Amino acid sequence: MNRNGPVALTFHTLFIVFMLAPILIVCVVAFTPEGFLSIPTTSWSLRWFRAIARYPEFVEAFWNSIVLGALSSAIAIALSLPAALAIARYRFRGREAITALFLSPLMIPHVVLGIAFLRFFTQAGFGGTFIGLVLAHIVIVFPFALRLVLASAVGMDRAIENAAVSLGATPFTVFRRVTLPLILPGVASGWMLAFIQSFDEVTMTIFIATPSATTLPVRMFLYIQDNIDPLVTSVSALVIAITVAFMVVLDRIYGLDRLLSGKGRD
Amino acid sequence: MRPYLLTAPALALFAAIVLIPLGMTFVLSFNDFSTVKGIQPVFILKNWHELFTDEYFREMFGRTLRISVLVTIICAAIGAPEAYILNRMSPRWRGIFLFVILGPLLISVVARTLGWALLFGGETGVVNKALMKLGVIDSALPFMFTETGVVVALAHVLVPFMVLSVWAALQRLDPQIENAATSLGASHLTVLTRVVMPQVMPGILSGAIVVFALAASAFATPAIIGGRRLKVAATLAYDEFLNTLNWPLGAAVAVLLLVALGTIILVSNRLVERKYAAVFE
Repeated sequence: MNRNGPVALTFHTLFIVFMLAPILIVCVVAFTPEGFLSIPTTSWSLRWFRAIARYPEFVEAFWNSIVLGALSSAIAIALSLPAALAIARYRFRGREAITALFLSPLMIPHVVLGIAFLRFFTQAGFGGTFIGLVLAHIVIVFPFALRLVLASAVGMDRAIENAAVSLGATPFTVFRRVTLPLILPGVASGWMLAFIQSFDEVTMTIFIATPSATTLPVRMFLYIQDNIDPLVTSVSALVIAITVAFMVVLDRIYGLDRLLSGKGRD
Repeated sequence: MRPYLLTAPALALFAAIVLIPLGMTFVLSFNDFSTVKGIQPVFILKNWHELFTDEYFREMFGRTLRISVLVTIICAAIGAPEAYILNRMSPRWRGIFLFVILGPLLISVVARTLGWALLFGGETGVVNKALMKLGVIDSALPFMFTETGVVVALAHVLVPFMVLSVWAALQRLDPQIENAATSLGASHLTVLTRVVMPQVMPGILSGAIVVFALAASAFATPAIIGGRRLKVAATLAYDEFLNTLNWPLGAAVAVLLLVALGTIILVSNRLVERKYAAVFE
């Protein structure tokens, strides 16, 4: 039942064009056969994708980003699991304040966090190391991990846990065999959303990254600052493709609107 | 005791890696700096005095504010109607377009901004070519390295947040009220302005707060589209830290940005909540 008039549909079409145009042009220009930026009209070529392999700094930064994203998201999930269960099930002094603190990386501008991390890591003696990057990324992806785990923990039916306890299960068995499987969709989605946030982060990371420990978005940003050529468009097209793949999976298992507005199943 | 034990690991991490570094940054903003001696651990108001009196910083913060306000207005003007249109679509199409609109939120800001750089400038200045072909403009408009370009690109980056927020407000709207107004003889326009608008206003306002906060602290988009000369708060702080190496001054810029944004968000949140207390019940 489409109740939109012609004016509304025209507006909608323009809006969608506006949303997609910058993303599509990157993906199209990446296939240019020319040595300069151009929209391929007669033939398409993969030469700029092959060219990425000749730039070890991009390849290395890519693997750094993958490892960093996977590791920091996993640690963030591990830390947010007990925290989410505590916030979902107990009413305790400081509950609101603790939740606000955990969500604060969403509110604090990333440039401020970047500066704070740079100052702290330099003083603490591990400035410019991969460990610094991991610690910083755990903090910035933590709110995303927590929100999704929390949503599924709140929506969980606790009668099943009680049943397990009354049948003689130990607390650890209850957690492993009952609680965890029930909140697993939230945990998996939380990990994936956290991974994407880490994989895309540039504003905070650029302050603490060094040539020896850097990420793909930072490399791309620094490269673009100097010049824009087809190479960086093919790298960007690859990043877009990876993100879209993650996005499709997340949409299937969780729903993008629910995921991004941070609302639970109920 | 149990909830404290469960939150303890995360709490320890946040205390060590968030609270202490933020405190250190605050202290740093009162330190002195000279190119010869570096950072001097003394307590002076030099950086703060400079921020509030120097014309250069006033212009830069003025630009940050101007860009953020414009981006917020544009996002509200195009994001709110789009959310309304989405809400009236059949579930199938709505799902597809919601994915198309919200998806870009997860795509790297660097890649999206690169897209705008390609559309705006160089050999692929598609936007100007299209506008000239349509007869909207006679000669090419400068987009790269201008505030206009930064505003357009930032509006693209942030408008999904507005759609999301208005969309959430529309979900709470009872479609029967619209039908009731129509059956009582209200025109479509009257229904929109007198029935729908007042009910989604909290959604628009909370979306506006999010968009404004993110626009004011945006870094990659103004840095790429605005270039090295068109400085905003975030790019200025970056410059002080990694080019000029005047960390205390950069820290002062960051603390000022944090405090100013925090105040604006708190005050406007309070105002919105008070005005629409009934809606949030």
